[in-house]
Amino acid sequence: MNKFLWPLVGFLVLIGFLAAGLVIKGNRGEGGGQEILPSQFLNKPAPAFVLPLLHEPGKTFTPADMKGKVWLANFWGSWCPACKDEHPVLVEFAKQGVVPIVGVDFTLEKGAEETERERAKIWLEKLGNPYAVTVFDGRGKVSIDYGVYGAPETFLIDKEGVIRLKHVGPVTPEVIATKLMPAIRELSK
Amino acid sequence: MIPRNLRLTALLRAGCLAAALLAPLAGQAKEAAPLADDPVVEQRMIAISEDLRCLVCQNESLAGSHAELAEALRDEIRVQIRAGKSDKEISDYLVERYGDFVLYRPPLKAATLLLWFGPVALALVGLGALVRILRRRSREVPAATLSAAEADQADALLASLERQPQDSSDKRSS
Repeated sequence: MNKFLWPLVGFLVLIGFLAAGLVIKGNRGEGGGQEILPSQFLNKPAPAFVLPLLHEPGKTFTPADMKGKVWLANFWGSWCPACKDEHPVLVEFAKQGVVPIVGVDFTLEKGAEETERERAKIWLEKLGNPYAVTVFDGRGKVSIDYGVYGAPETFLIDKEGVIRLKHVGPVTPEVIATKLMPAIRELSK
Repeated sequence: MIPRNLRLTALLRAGCLAAALLAPLAGQAKEAAPLADDPVVEQRMIAISEDLRCLVCQNESLAGSHAELAEALRDEIRVQIRAGKSDKEISDYLVERYGDFVLYRPPLKAATLLLWFGPVALALVGLGALVRILRRRSREVPAATLSAAEADQADALLASLERQPQDSSDKRSS
């Protein structure tokens, strides 16, 4: 090869890298949730917690309650626009009764606990409630424990309580069809 | 270790006392919540969080970010500092949750070899290429020897150059 072509080849390789960076990373903006960060907990036991229920603060929920079931943990908040996009999809999915969805309503904003609780209740009343159980993580401590860095984020947890899949960003019908359902079928065997 | 702890508890006590004394004032000045109730903890928290990446606005450090997650994580770091955790334990806690991605200085391991040594390797390749080109060039220069005819021509030119200054001096003197 002509030796003067080598710099050109190098340049094209560089352009290729840049293009890949743009295309692969994408935006984590509304609706376009891309998995930039794989969960640290994949194939590890879901971190334990005890949280009060959103509607009945006197009662608590812990992941151990779901032992023997394949289930979804969906982290959301009424402050999160992408969660609003996702909500009708979850409502539809819940109707199919494939797996129970546990909603973890959380906020990291200081002093916003009670407001969030109220807004979350109104949200579920107005938009429908896809959750088998909704727990309230008012200080966001559990969301931090799960390495959640945005919302919504959804974890698929197997019968043994091991996290098998994590989806960052809104769950869409496509995500359900191509990602969640195959994994759920596999785990439900 | 012990004197440091003592100093810390002393500071905490002083802080509590100050807080108790200032409590009546706090009612009046709601906005002016103390930024750093314990400067020692605050300083360590900042030192730790400067090396950590904010997960939400990924080009900012945890120390500089205003994202709620960053604030919550800074709080968590404060709590852990007060609990007597070491810097290493605290950053390990975050790595456990968010992966190496939270570290601005990723650890050296198989997956990050290219990251750590890629630039050095690239520089070495470039340097090697440069050395090769320069060597080849210096080899090419002495190889450019003159043919017999060219040598004669060069000799003639040199001879005429040697004569010229004489001519000019002759002209000036005449």
